[in-house]
Amino acid sequence: MSAPAIETSGLVKAFGANRAVDGVDLTVPTGTVYGLLGPNGAGKTTVVRMLATLLRPDGGQARVFGHDVLREADAVRARVSLTGQYASVDEDLTGTENLVLLARLLGHGRTAARERAARLLDAFGLTDAAARQVKKYSGGMRRRIDIAASILNTPDLLFLDEPTTGLDPRSRNQVWDIIRVVVANGTTVLLTTQYLDEADRLAGRIAVIDHGKVIAEGTPGSLKASIGAGTVHVRLRDTAQRDEAARLLAAALGTTVQQEADPAALTARAAGSGSERGAAEQASRALAALADAGIIVDDFSLGQPSLDEVFLALTDRPATHEVMA
Amino acid sequence: MSVVTGAEATAVYAPSAETLGAVLARGDRPRRPSAWAASVTFGWRAILKIKHVPEQLFDVTAFPIIMTLMFTYLFGGALAGSTEEYLQFLLPGIMVTSVVMITMYTGVGLNTDIERGVFDRFRSLPVWRPAALVGMIFGDVLRYILAATTITVVGLVLGFRPEGGLPGVLAGVGLLVVFSFAFSWVWTMFGLFLRSEKSVMGVSMLVLFPLTFLSNVFVDPATMPGWLQAFVKVNPITHLVAAVRSMMAGRWDLGEIVWVLAASAVFILIFGPLTMRLYNRK
Repeated sequence: MSAPAIETSGLVKAFGANRAVDGVDLTVPTGTVYGLLGPNGAGKTTVVRMLATLLRPDGGQARVFGHDVLREADAVRARVSLTGQYASVDEDLTGTENLVLLARLLGHGRTAARERAARLLDAFGLTDAAARQVKKYSGGMRRRIDIAASILNTPDLLFLDEPTTGLDPRSRNQVWDIIRVVVANGTTVLLTTQYLDEADRLAGRIAVIDHGKVIAEGTPGSLKASIGAGTVHVRLRDTAQRDEAARLLAAALGTTVQQEADPAALTARAAGSGSERGAAEQASRALAALADAGIIVDDFSLGQPSLDEVFLALTDRPATHEVMA
Repeated sequence: MSVVTGAEATAVYAPSAETLGAVLARGDRPRRPSAWAASVTFGWRAILKIKHVPEQLFDVTAFPIIMTLMFTYLFGGALAGSTEEYLQFLLPGIMVTSVVMITMYTGVGLNTDIERGVFDRFRSLPVWRPAALVGMIFGDVLRYILAATTITVVGLVLGFRPEGGLPGVLAGVGLLVVFSFAFSWVWTMFGLFLRSEKSVMGVSMLVLFPLTFLSNVFVDPATMPGWLQAFVKVNPITHLVAAVRSMMAGRWDLGEIVWVLAASAVFILIFGPLTMRLYNRK
């Protein structure tokens, strides 16, 4: 029999009066990337720290591969690895020293530890930086040595806590590629992120978490579908006609229309009947209505809702923009 | 001609499914290291940190030298008639004072170290839990030995002539190091318990100043008022100094030595578990 990689029920952690995690139920199947998506302070890191046996839950249950995180902490530790939000290697030590140190702590002999460290540094493109202190690494290199340290013994479950926060696009892509290879080799990954795009690209399933609670769960596709069939974006030639256009769109689509920062642009959810076809039909009717009223449309698109819009629909407030500031 | 520098070469890193896949292959897992091996490995980490930041040895060399010189020349003439005479009495005591004072850096160091992400990794490893802290104190033991050696050398230069000879001095330093290792657990507890490095410093000073000065380090307790003598008598530093003095003088006082070893055991038995409780909750 095979237990799920992670199974929690009613997981609670309170810091004083603040219930950082407030009754989280999760089931993460093995062999997948599972995304924990939410803004800063949603409780993602607290969930990960409890699962990695770093923090004692105040309530509920958590099992990792069937082992209770409290009572069988050592059995859990033997199968998981954590790459924390902040560098979880020693910044005063060199890349090689860090990996050798951890390899020794995992029980490798002196020679085996050196060999393992050298191979990992090579696989992560850090051979040139092997003898340099980690504090002198760039952000992308630091993330890579962090992940390398996490797979010294290939874990069955890898926690990646916001692995791409603060990285430039190229380093972010490298991390994504690494995650894909790690999963392809049989490791389950629990990924926390505040980037909706990231969860969408990597995760097979996503739990959206806010104020310590899971507010939605499912595949990226099902989450999007549950919100509405599509989003209509319209750009007008004459900005003076925007109010009139908004009124016509709202009537044709049966939803509220958002006025964008761009004075010529409008966005609306095509709630439709839930199916994509309905949305397209509604959208073309809306376009016709605009044309009949003599409003010239320069640009028009009908897209799947982004996860950003999913979050907005679930919580009635934007997810990430406050965080990006 | 263009030259590819190291920085450029790493910047174009493209993860390869093949090489990464090879390192991800699941081999036989090595056996979990013993408590001792894990502690020694953490001790190696402490030594590497000293290697990379050698300035941190300043406080274990300069501070003891200043202490020795200062008190020898400040009190020597007044208390013993000559500085050389006084040095024979003072040196074991000033060595104890300096090394015991240095133990507080264990707490300060832990307080700053624990806030870094690397401790999350250590704590999520399947190794003997106290190893990270025991190893850290192993590293500190090296610093204690360095400080004691520095003071011995300064003392010899100034005219310290211990009758116990080399064995007496080595044994005295040995006992001091054992006590300091045990006493360090008081500071690991405070290092985990208090919120900032500054408050750890503050509390340490508050404990260490009275503990080292209200003892038999500088003067004979017989000259003190009765109530103070009562404190001096139960002060572990007094017993430690008496034991170290006796060993360096070649007249081993077994009673004091046993007292110090017992006190060391008590410190570890009380503050070790308290430290681990805090460490597990952090």
